[in-house]
Parts: sequence; structure tokens; C-alpha cells
Amino acid sequence: MNSFTFHRATGVDDAVRETTRHTGAAYIGGGTNLIDLMKENVMRPSYLVSVAKLPLAAIEALPDGGLRLGAMATNADTAWHEDVKSRYPLLNQAILAGASPQLRNAATNGGNLMQRTRCLYFYDLATPCNKREPGTGCSAIGGFNRIHAIFGASDQCIATHPSDMCVALAALAPTVRVSGPDGERSIAFDDFHRLPGDQPEKDNNLRPGELIISLDLPAKGFSKNFSYLKLRDRQSYAFALISVAAGLELDGTTITDARLALGGVAHKPWRDQEAEQLLIGQPATVETFARVAAQVVSTAVGQGSNDFKIELARRAVVRALKQAAEGSQQATDVFQNSNP
Amino acid sequence: MSEQTTPASGGAVAAPPPVGTVRLTINGTAHEVQLAPWTTLLDALREYLHLTGTKKGCDHGQCGACTVLVNGTRINSCLTLAVMHEDDDITTIEGLGSEDNLSALQQAFVDHDAFQCGYCTPGQICSAQGLINEGKAHSEHDIREMMSGNLCRCGAYVGILAAVQEVVNKK
Repeated sequence: MNSFTFHRATGVDDAVRETTRHTGAAYIGGGTNLIDLMKENVMRPSYLVSVAKLPLAAIEALPDGGLRLGAMATNADTAWHEDVKSRYPLLNQAILAGASPQLRNAATNGGNLMQRTRCLYFYDLATPCNKREPGTGCSAIGGFNRIHAIFGASDQCIATHPSDMCVALAALAPTVRVSGPDGERSIAFDDFHRLPGDQPEKDNNLRPGELIISLDLPAKGFSKNFSYLKLRDRQSYAFALISVAAGLELDGTTITDARLALGGVAHKPWRDQEAEQLLIGQPATVETFARVAAQVVSTAVGQGSNDFKIELARRAVVRALKQAAEGSQQATDVFQNSNP
Repeated sequence: MSEQTTPASGGAVAAPPPVGTVRLTINGTAHEVQLAPWTTLLDALREYLHLTGTKKGCDHGQCGACTVLVNGTRINSCLTLAVMHEDDDITTIEGLGSEDNLSALQQAFVDHDAFQCGYCTPGQICSAQGLINEGKAHSEHDIREMMSGNLCRCGAYVGILAAVQEVVNKK
């Protein structure tokens, strides 16, 4: 790990000010990804501003019927919060499908959005990587790319965003409240992360010095008909090859509202609003889901080792929508016997 | 810890590590340690406080051997900095029981042969204590899922599961 100066922020303004005025500064929340990246010398901040103890851990109701998730609430406290369990069970399931209990206890909500890709070449200093060192090339293109993107990649980067939580958030569409040198602003969740394009070093659309304050969920939580389906190499404690967050609202058997987002497939959590529109007004049948799933993967592009993801994604979308429509328990059957 | 630490020079030879006083409460005892800010909680415990019960396995949060309890909550001590825990109560395996007075989990691990080499065991027991504190795991399935952050290279999972289940069932 490189040497750095550590500063414990005394408030949001202090955090933003310290981060803005020190070149090479970075925020640290739970640190579960950043410290690992620093051990690997992938990230080398010279000034760390700790925001973990700032009073940003509350989870509280909003006047519009929504729920505010503090940026410094841990993933575990968020998943197990009574309002999240009852009103946003899709988020509960997605968080619990990710990482391990120890990591979820330390990792924060803001940090979950800020975590970096687990692309093997991004972590390997011996190989070129446009995300780590812009302009050096992408080793994953033409390399071992089994875990890489099938949507929205560029000729400079085919990395994926690794989060489970963010896939559920993409479906639930909160706003991300941030504070920066120019004050506060809100960012629609779908606009927070970005596609690689010709600037793969940029994971998101935050401006320099901006700090995530909260995630503000809208009132609608799709708590009756939802599914978080995660497919991976082992049943627990592994990143998704493909994940699907689905939420439906039904009037009888007719779909009146729909949300659909995929994980493990793109540089950002991949919400497909065209697919959502195709679902609305249709009967909640396997035939509908198959037609929509075919549409979802129609723009997918394989990289060789990850070609299997295209068919896997198509089938996972059908199954997730079917589970959502049936209101059946999740395929990973996490806590099937007792929780939530 | 104060913020007045000096960044290392950018030269080829690393500057000597800037240290500061870090106050840590471990197993109910307050300690003042001179640490560089990049010292992980795991290294502070083992190398500076000589509490070597907590083990370094992968050092990347993948194996769980370094699991400790912070304010009763289990985390990976390898993926957190000591300086981030000045206001916290930290419990390590040394704080859960003693040779003459084993904790319920320690006794259950002995009774169920829940280890072979024993290297992962302190992390397994701290993690299981965290699981019990959380109160979310009840069935065998729950326990398997919620112990998935702790690997055992000897494959003593059958005994580990039996030991944890026994203590969970007594609650």
C-alpha cells in the first residue's frame, strides 16, 4: 500500500473541502473495496478522507412516501431494515445475494455505488488496462473475458459493474443525493453510472469532490411481485455472471407497470426501459416474457469467452419475470426458511 | 489519530512511515499504539498488540480468517484501517473465552471436531459469534449461507456447521 495522509472528516462540508483541496484525495467509507485496491496498488490515493463516522447512516421515511437510505448506512443495516424488508424486498434480496456477512457489515451504501470493476486485468498491474491507465489498451478484449460485458461496451473497455445492490436500485430508480464544492444536487440513479465510451477510467458522472449523501427511494417498491435472480459459479459469496432484478405491478393477469435491470452484463447496472414498455399492457405469461427477453438480448455482443452470457441472460430474464409474476420466493432461496 | 502525518516522498526510496498515536479498545482494554495510517486493523492486532489469535489468510477479505467483532458486529479486519476504529469496542478470539473458561462456541467447536489445522478457527468462531449476535440465522440452510464468508481449507465444514447449529439452537 502507498503512504497517505488520513483525515477524519468532521462534517460533510469539511469532507468536501478537504477532498477538493488535496490533489489525489479520495473518500473512504467502509473501505472494503478501496483498501483492497490500495493493497494491489491499483489505486494510490495520497490523502484519505474518512466519511464513515459522518451522521449519514439514517434510514428514514420521506414526505413523498419514499425512503431515504443514508450513504453511510451499512449494506447489512440497509438490507435488514424493517421498511426495506417490507416495502423494498427486491433490495433486501439483492443486498443479501452479494458479498459475505462480514463485508456487508462494513460496506456502506455510498461505497457500494463507488466500488470498482472486478475485471482481472484492471487488478493486474502487469497488463495494459484503459480503466487503470488510460491509453494503454484493453487486455480483456481478446483475452480471458468470461466475466465481461455483453451490453454497452466500447472498443476501449468491456468491464462490468460488480454490484448486486445496484441492480435492484436500477430497477427501483432512486435519486442519488450528492454534496460537492458547488452545493447539493440530485442525480437519477440511471444517470449515476456511465458506459465506458472513450473514457473508461470514469465509472460514474460524479464531479470532482462530490460525496454521496443518500439514496432516496420513490414510494413504489414493487413489494408484491418482484424477483432478484442471481446466477453465479457457486451458490454463495461469488459475483454474478448474470443477475436480473424484476418488478411487476399486475391488474389481474395484465401487467400495469414493470421494471427490469440486469447485472454482470455492462459497465453500469443495465436497466432496460424499452423492455419495461414492452411488458406494460401485456398478459403476465411466459410467452410475453420470452418475447421481451428476446428483445432484451437483441443488442447483446459477446467477446468470445462470455458468449454464453447472451443465452443465459435471455433465459434468466424469462425466469425472473415468471418468478415476479408468481410472487414466488427467490431462486437463490437465501433464507427461504425463516427470513425475511 | 491526528491528521498531521506527512506523506511519503515521491522518490524511489520510501520515506519512513509517519506514525501517530491511535487509541484502540481491544477486549475491554484501552491501548495507545504508534501506527502509520495505512496499518490495517489486522496488522495492528497481530504485529503491534501481539494478539496473534486473529489470523491473516488471504489479506483480501475472501477467506474470513481475520474476522473480529467491532461493537459486536463481525467484519474482516484485513480490509479496514486501525485508525478508523478509535471509538469502537473490538473483540478478538482472545476476548471471547480463556483456556480455563471456553465460550459456548469454543466448547462446541471442540466437541464437534470442527477443525483440523485450526488456522481458520478463530475467524470461524468470531464469525459465528457475529452470526449469533445478528440473530438472523436459524435453519441449517441459513447458517451455511451466513457462514459463507469463512473458508476452511481442511474442509471441516460438517463439524463447523454442527458446532454453530448447537449454539444457535440453545439460544
